[in-house]
Amino acid sequence: MISFRVDSRSVVPPYLQIVQQVRQALRMGLLDVGDQLPTVREVVSATAINPNTVLKAYRDLEREGLVEARAGHGTFVLRRPPGPPPGTHSRLGRSLASWVREARDAGLDDESIESLLRVTLRTTAEEEIA
Amino acid sequence: MTPIRPVPGPRDPQVGSLGAAAPRGAGCGSGPAAIQTSGLSKRYRAVSALTDCTITVPEGRITALIGPNGAGKTTLLRLFAGLAAPTAGELTVNGTAPRQDPAFLADIGFLAQEIPLYRRLSAADHIEAGAHLNPRWDGASVRERLTALHVPLDRAVGKLSGGQRAQVALALILAKEPRLLLLDEPVAALDPLARRNFLATLADAVAASGLTVVMSSHLVADLERVCDHIIMLASSRVQLCGDIEELLAEHQILVGPRKDITAIQRSHAVVQVTRTPRQVTLLVRGKGPVADPAFQASDVSLEELVLAYMGQDAPPALARLTTVGDGQ
Repeated sequence: MISFRVDSRSVVPPYLQIVQQVRQALRMGLLDVGDQLPTVREVVSATAINPNTVLKAYRDLEREGLVEARAGHGTFVLRRPPGPPPGTHSRLGRSLASWVREARDAGLDDESIESLLRVTLRTTAEEEIA
Repeated sequence: MTPIRPVPGPRDPQVGSLGAAAPRGAGCGSGPAAIQTSGLSKRYRAVSALTDCTITVPEGRITALIGPNGAGKTTLLRLFAGLAAPTAGELTVNGTAPRQDPAFLADIGFLAQEIPLYRRLSAADHIEAGAHLNPRWDGASVRERLTALHVPLDRAVGKLSGGQRAQVALALILAKEPRLLLLDEPVAALDPLARRNFLATLADAVAASGLTVVMSSHLVADLERVCDHIIMLASSRVQLCGDIEELLAEHQILVGPRKDITAIQRSHAVVQVTRTPRQVTLLVRGKGPVADPAFQASDVSLEELVLAYMGQDAPPALARLTTVGDGQ
């Protein structure tokens, strides 16, 4: 049974932190298909967050097809999140390293690099929504 | 990394600009309402404790009531509980106007800031008293809760720690099985661990029974965790009322070089402007993109949002730094 950690100071909203932690646990094998997620009351007692936050997270996971709520029994894992094809991370990591080297040569410090990445994530996401 | 907050749905959270009256009849709710007010006002002789407040408290949710001292929070809670009558406006609580009769009172739990326990009596004594005083009473739940928290049932309540006393008071109120729980600064005097435990117990009770909670406080950080709805009072008026996630998604912070901001003011409602000689920082309502590339946008935290809307009540030294919508 996994336990959740909700950081109220994070820019990530609490319900999304829970969703991400479930996905991460599935990727890392800490949660397996058929496992039961902690009940809403268990999460709330442990983290002192709003029960609707937990419900929202579990609903999102259900919509994604990762878990299934069985009335009267709890919420259970259906499948693992689809991952990128093998080798994707190392390939992207290599091209990212070469971009970072270029940025540093151009005089950007780590903070500027992170800031540029954040803005680019936001603007590309907005383009996808638009 | 900054995530993109979800775009708000069709419900439009009500946002009042500083000092302006909230439109009558316009709620700020999501789903069925446990409490609904319209143009609610309360005067004590020459002093207006509450002015023209229009609020919706959604059922089954935990609503934060935030505002500086003297903003009217305690007055509002007392009106909800039927402990005082409004001077003007309408108020419906659990479907009826509040009144001092057993049926109405049985459905409401009110926990005042000065925890109302008899210091010489033990928790067990209070449980027994409660059975005689309340039409609905689940004394066993109090024993269960307090035992799980290792709070001694037979010790005089005055000899317990502040955190333990608060848990006793909460357990006793929950034993009434109210539909609505009103808490006036319940965690103000508690240490961080006691605060966390209190809020966990409260959130668990809501999860178990669909209880509606309105909780007043100063401590924005704690409330952000456990509350999903907010009512903000300042200067006796409602400044903000709505779902917290939606309100945060509706606002953003813009930082840029000090320059004319009229273009931005045309497309976004400016809540707060802060200027230094080189830079201007704006808190705006409206998540649409800003045309001016010189401005960098970022998400707002609940604390920043609350402070911005409380701006008018800020002490004079701070007020010099912040001006609202000042057109320059």
